[in-house]
Amino acid sequence: MATTINTLFGVHEHALKFRSQRAEVLASNMANADTPGYKARDFDFKSALKQLGEPARQLKVSHAKHFSTNSSASSVSLSYRVPTSASLDGNTVDAQSEQARYAQNALDYQTSIRFLDGKISGYLSALRGE
Amino acid sequence: MSLYNIFDIAGSAMSSQTTRLNLVASNLANADTVSSSTNQTYRSRQPIFATVLQDTMGKSQIASKGVKVLGVVESQAPLREEYAPQHPMANEDGYIFKPNVNVVEEMANMMSASRTYQNNVEILNTAKQLLQQTLKIGQ
Repeated sequence: MATTINTLFGVHEHALKFRSQRAEVLASNMANADTPGYKARDFDFKSALKQLGEPARQLKVSHAKHFSTNSSASSVSLSYRVPTSASLDGNTVDAQSEQARYAQNALDYQTSIRFLDGKISGYLSALRGE
Repeated sequence: MSLYNIFDIAGSAMSSQTTRLNLVASNLANADTVSSSTNQTYRSRQPIFATVLQDTMGKSQIASKGVKVLGVVESQAPLREEYAPQHPMANEDGYIFKPNVNVVEEMANMMSASRTYQNNVEILNTAKQLLQQTLKIGQ
């Protein structure tokens, strides 16, 4: 098994980061449930996963004054949610469905934590030779 | 860590909704205040919410969005005018003026504010639990 220290935790490390960012976006949506003109936003999990599978397309920095490029999983773009029903004040937040998504996201986050925990205890017992 | 930002976001929403609840209380308390001129009459006060943009995810993406109260405006709806010559506050024409507070509207406003507040408390609690579990990874 060719494992480097970077890939020790596999996809779960990135998943945890993605989930926590999504939780932030969903919390923003719900905080602005009564703000006129606010448009609900969300991440697309599929494109995030796809981006993770591809080799990082990072721009080469050949000069000290070049801007550094960020190629982490956080560069997944945010998109706007398609509203289920129109509202007079232009707000597209559906508090109930956002709540449901937030709950699901929290569960997914906990799942990632469990996977990480399992990996860590597995590596620990391998190191100890138990 | 993005989960920490949720405390700011939900906190800003809770403080905004508290302002809204305060205004509802003020409007309801003054719903029956009587005065003898249009200038002195209490007018229904309403908050204006606006999104706060915070660039917490790097230069390009603005993800974290709290909410703030941009200001408080007085309703421009017409005041209630009543002919009551016996009233001690009546003006020389025998009229008294009552505020333009719609009590039913204010009750609905109150319920919406309290539900949103509760919602944000739950969000905060969930984020707190997730962070506590994250701290326990590998233990």
